[in-house]
Amino acid sequence: MTSASVETLASGPLFGLPLPELWFALVFGLLGTFLFLDGFDFGAGAIFATLADDEAREAVLSAIGPFWDGNEVWLVVFGGALFAAFPPVYAELFSRHYLLMFGILGALILRGLAPEMYEQRHDERWQRWWGRSFVAGSVLAPFLLGAFAGNWLVGAPRSFTLVGVVVGVTVTTLTVVSGAAFLRLKTRDALPETVTRIGLGAVVAYLFAVVVTLGVVAARLPAGIDALLSAPVLALVAVSVVLGVGYGVALRHGANAVALAAAAGLTYGLIAVVAILMYPSIDPATGMTVREAIVSTLPLNLMSIGAALLLPLIATYFVVLYSAFSGPITAEEAY
Amino acid sequence: MIDPVLASRFQFALTTIVHIIFPVMSMGLAPFLIYFTWKDIRGGDPVYEQLRRFWTKIFAISFVVGTVTGIVLEFEFGTNFAAFSTTAGELFGGPLAIEGMMAFMLEATFLGIFVFGRERVSDRLYMVSSLAVGVGTWLSAVWILIANSWMQMPRGYELATENGDRVVHLVDPVAAYLNPRFGFMYVHMQNAAVESVALFMAGVAAYYVYRHHVWGNKTKNIVFWHETLKIALVALLITAPLQVLQGDLYARHVYETQPQKFAAMEAVWNTESYVPEYIFAIPTDLSQLTDPRAKELFGIGIPGGASWLASGGDATAEIRGLNTFDAEAPPVAIVFWSFRAMVGMGFWFILLAFWGGYRWYTGELFEDGLLHKALMGSSLLGFVAVELGWVVTEVGRQPWVIQGVLKTSEGVSPGLTGTEALITLVGFVGVYTAILTLYTYVVARVIRDGPPDVDASESASDRDAPPAGVPGDD
Repeated sequence: MTSASVETLASGPLFGLPLPELWFALVFGLLGTFLFLDGFDFGAGAIFATLADDEAREAVLSAIGPFWDGNEVWLVVFGGALFAAFPPVYAELFSRHYLLMFGILGALILRGLAPEMYEQRHDERWQRWWGRSFVAGSVLAPFLLGAFAGNWLVGAPRSFTLVGVVVGVTVTTLTVVSGAAFLRLKTRDALPETVTRIGLGAVVAYLFAVVVTLGVVAARLPAGIDALLSAPVLALVAVSVVLGVGYGVALRHGANAVALAAAAGLTYGLIAVVAILMYPSIDPATGMTVREAIVSTLPLNLMSIGAALLLPLIATYFVVLYSAFSGPITAEEAY
Repeated sequence: MIDPVLASRFQFALTTIVHIIFPVMSMGLAPFLIYFTWKDIRGGDPVYEQLRRFWTKIFAISFVVGTVTGIVLEFEFGTNFAAFSTTAGELFGGPLAIEGMMAFMLEATFLGIFVFGRERVSDRLYMVSSLAVGVGTWLSAVWILIANSWMQMPRGYELATENGDRVVHLVDPVAAYLNPRFGFMYVHMQNAAVESVALFMAGVAAYYVYRHHVWGNKTKNIVFWHETLKIALVALLITAPLQVLQGDLYARHVYETQPQKFAAMEAVWNTESYVPEYIFAIPTDLSQLTDPRAKELFGIGIPGGASWLASGGDATAEIRGLNTFDAEAPPVAIVFWSFRAMVGMGFWFILLAFWGGYRWYTGELFEDGLLHKALMGSSLLGFVAVELGWVVTEVGRQPWVIQGVLKTSEGVSPGLTGTEALITLVGFVGVYTAILTLYTYVVARVIRDGPPDVDASESASDRDAPPAGVPGDD
C-alpha cells in the first residue's frame, strides 16, 4: 500500500457511505446471525432434555454435529466486530457485565464439550451426566446472552437485572422455536412427534414473552412507552406475530424449512427491535452514541473493505457446509 | 481482598497457557492431515486412511477445546483489560475481527465436512476441506501474531487523548501490521507447532513400537505405528534444526528491538560488553532466587557467548543492562530460566531427530529400545517448550502490555473489583483443570483404542458410491 492510498483511506469514509451506522447494523446483524444459527443448536439441546430414548438423543447430537462449531464462530465475529469498530463500547460493556460474561463463557464451554464427551463412552452414568451438562449449557448460554442484550439495551449498571431475566427467557424460548424446526428438518422420523408440539408451544410462549419483555423494557427506557410506539417497532412486532403464526402452520404441515426460515425471521426481528430502541446510542448506560464510539476513518475503511470481501466468502462456506449435509442426518454419521 | 490487577494477570496467564496447547495441536496436525488425506484419496495403502481417521479424531477434540477456550481470551480483553481495549482497540481490534472472519470461519465450517463428511462429499471437495481447515488454522495464527507483534514492537500509530483516555490512532497500517517482528514470531510459532506434534506422534508411536518389538507384546496395527513413527521422524528432522537456527535469528532481533527483554533473558543488570552466555547460574541464597545472577554462588558461562549471540558474531558486543531502563525489570528469574530450558530442549530435539534418523538409516529404528524410551519421555516436551517460549515472550516484555506505550497494570478494567476477579480466577482454576483432565483422558482413550480398522480390499473408487450402512468411527 502506498502512502497516497493510505492518505485517501484516511481522508473520508469509503464512497461517502455512512459507515458508523452500517457497522452498528452489522454488529447487530452478526449477533442476530449467531442467535439464529447457534440458537437452533441451543434449542436442540433444550429439546434433548425431553428425550429419554437413546436413539433419539443420538439423533439430536448427530443433527447439530457438523454445524455447531461454525455457528458458534459468529459470536467470535460479533465480539471482534464490536471490538474493532467500537472499542470503548466493547471495553465498557464487557467489563461492566463482568460476571455475566464469564457466565456466558462457562455455559459455552459446557455446551461445547458436552457432546464430545457424551460420545466418548457409552455407559449410562457417563452419558446421563454429560447429557445433563449439554442441556444446562444449551439453556444457560442463550439465557445469559439474552440477559446481556437486555442489560445492554436499558443501560443496566450491573450483571443481574429484571430486564435481563425477562429478555433471557425470551431468547431461550426463541432458541427452542428454532431448535424444533431444525430438528424436524434434519432428523426425519428419528424423533417423536412431541418435538413438533414443543415447537408449537415454544412459539406461543415466545410471542407472549415478547409482549412481557416490551412492557418491562418500556418502563426502563428513557423515552418510555413512546419509543415502543414508533412505526418501525410496531411493524416488527406485527411481522413477528405473522411469522409466529406462519411458523406454527408450517411446522404442523411438515414444511420444516419454511418453519426454520420463520424462526430466522423472528430472531432477526427481535435483534432489530433492540437495535432500533437503542439507536442513536450504542451504549445507553454511558449515553455514548454510535458516532462517538466509532474508530477513526482509516481503520474503519480498512475494516469495511475486509468485511465486504470476507462476509460473502463466509456465506459461501456456509452454503457449502449446509448443502454437503443437506437432508436428514442419520445417527451413524456422527462422531 | 486480592488486587484485581494481580488477579486479572494471573487469570489471563492461566487461560492463555491452557488455551495455547490446543491450537498448537491443531496447527501442528494440520499439515500431517492434509498429507494423509491426499494419500488416502489417491488410493493405495489403506494405512493412510487409518492415519487420517485416527489423527482427525485427535484434531477434532483439540479443535473443540481450542474453540471454547479461545472465546475466553477474546472476551477477557473486554472484561479484564478494558483500559487496554479502549486504548489499543483501534489497532488491536481489527486483526482480531479479521481473524474471526478470515480464518476461524474457514476452519470451523470446513471442519464439519472434514470430520463428518467423508461419505457425503466428493473426493475433491473432501480434499479441499482438509486444505481449508489447515489453511484456516494457520491463518488464525497470522492475525493473532500480527496483533501480538504490534504489542511487542508498536509502530504505525499516534497517541491521542480522548474523553480522558489515552488512545492509539492508526496512521500507517503497513508499518503497524507488516511488522518485522511478525515474521520472526510466525515462523518460530508454526515450526514449533509442527515440531511439537511430531514429537507427540513419535512418542505415542514409540510406545507401541517398543511394546511390539522390544517387549514382544504383539500389537494390532503395528504397521500403522511404524508409519506414524517414520512420518513423525521426517517432520522432526526438518523442524528441529530449523527451530534452533531461526530461534537464534529471532533472539538477535529481540536484542535489537526489545533490549529490556533481552537483558532479562540473559539476566544482565549493568551494561556490559563481552557478556558470557550463562548456561547455568545459582544464587547464593534463597532470597535471591528471583535473580539468578545477583550474587552468584555457582555459574557456568561461555565467555563472550551472550554478546556473540546477540550481535551475530561479535563477542565484545555491548548488552544494555536492566538498571539502565526507566521501567522496572520483568521477573528476571522466570525469563532467564524459561529461556534456558526452552533452548536446552531445542537442542535435545535435534539430538533425538538425528538419533532416530541414524537408527532408521542403519535399519534399527524399531529395535532401539533406548531411543523409544527417549521419544516416549519427550512426547510432551514440545508443548512444554512452546509454553516456555511464550513465557519468555510475554513475561519478558513486562511491565509493558504495549512495549513502551502502556503498562499492563494500566490496562486492567478500572471498575473491576477484587471479589469479581477472584471469583472468576478461582472458577477458571477449577474449570481449566477439569478441561485439561478431560482432554488428557479422551486423547489417552483414543490412543489406547488405536486406529480404526479399515477394509484393505476397499479401493478409493469404491467409495464414490455411498455404502449402505456406513460404520461410525465409534
